[in-house]
Amino acid sequence: MSTSRRQFLKSALASAAVTALPLSAFRLLSPAEVRAAIGDARVRWAFLVDTYKCVGCGLCVKACKRENEVPYDVPVSRTWVERYVVLKNGKSYIESPNGGRDGYTSPKIGESNINPDEIVKAFFVPKLCNHCEKPACVQVCPVGATYQTNDGVVLIDRKWCIGCGYCIMACPYGVRFFHPVYKVAEKCTFCYHRISKGLKAACVQACPFGARQIGNLKDPNDPVTKQIMTQRVSVLKEEYGTKPQVFYIGLDANVR
Amino acid sequence: MKSHVWRPLYLALGAIALLLVARKLMVPADFGVHGASFTYNFYRLASIDDWKNMPVHYRGKDTCTDCHEDKVKAINASPHAQIQCENCHGPAGDHPDNPELLEIDRSRALCLRCHTGLPYPSSHRADLPGVDPENHNPRTECAECHNPHNPDLEAM
Repeated sequence: MSTSRRQFLKSALASAAVTALPLSAFRLLSPAEVRAAIGDARVRWAFLVDTYKCVGCGLCVKACKRENEVPYDVPVSRTWVERYVVLKNGKSYIESPNGGRDGYTSPKIGESNINPDEIVKAFFVPKLCNHCEKPACVQVCPVGATYQTNDGVVLIDRKWCIGCGYCIMACPYGVRFFHPVYKVAEKCTFCYHRISKGLKAACVQACPFGARQIGNLKDPNDPVTKQIMTQRVSVLKEEYGTKPQVFYIGLDANVR
Repeated sequence: MKSHVWRPLYLALGAIALLLVARKLMVPADFGVHGASFTYNFYRLASIDDWKNMPVHYRGKDTCTDCHEDKVKAINASPHAQIQCENCHGPAGDHPDNPELLEIDRSRALCLRCHTGLPYPSSHRADLPGVDPENHNPRTECAECHNPHNPDLEAM
């Protein structure tokens, strides 16, 4: 096939014009427009749990259920407290009856009596939604009913959720459940209605021991941020790459 | 070309147009990408306000101080200073309008949440004054001997 120079230039110009056409569809945004689109990024809510301070009273679970109108006697909860007891023989017990709603008022675990002399370590671990930076639950939602706000909180749109349950399966931390009244997916919101008014989350306020704290990671003077930056903190299931924003002091290898 | 070729094409175009019209009518105008990421920020914007407008039930100790200053002062001077009023008295909500009276939890079970003695090394639980609930005056309400607003044993 032979092509004259004229023919070649003509078709080259034409194809360049055709390629440039879709490019013109892209808008150039000014930094102000970008900021408006992304929103106010001066707030990034994060949570800090000190497992040394937790005594397993379960007042956080009670307050959370009441505050967020989660049916009290249905075995679902936005937050829960786990008890870990590790014995000298290496055996470990993990339990969370009713999510720890009524506290841990007996040394018995289930039906088993534990000899106090056999305990090497025992502690309580409060759990809640990690409000991940890369939330797997949001990624799998087929209808856009769950999302991350600009201040880093993962929420569910109750009017838009179809209740398919994909997100409940996708969450590596098992924090999501099916709301028995609204028939949609449900989870911890960091008490969005409270933190957006300057109040503390209900569980944080209810905790008498300061084991649960909430703060703004973008504010270097925030006491919680300072602790997260200066102390030895860890997160749950880091290997999933979800970048959880609930930080723990004193996590143990037994904690899953 | 013959019409039997064009007809399905028109049908398909009609179906697509119908779909687009239905989408326009059914999807709220504020539904879209509101943030940096299509994956994580694709949602209905008004949903944020739905969450912000949820009612607050737990008001916190500072609210109680407005009317019950003496009680708040008493508990703040005791070893129970760190306990929120609403942990025992229930969420205030719109009290005193609704509910007019708060339900007080005087149950033994409430005290035992913290005061069942559990010998747990490395847990703050072991530092709290604890009893064996099966032997420490079972079937008696704690409040009969201990004042929850001043549980100091010296004051008994």
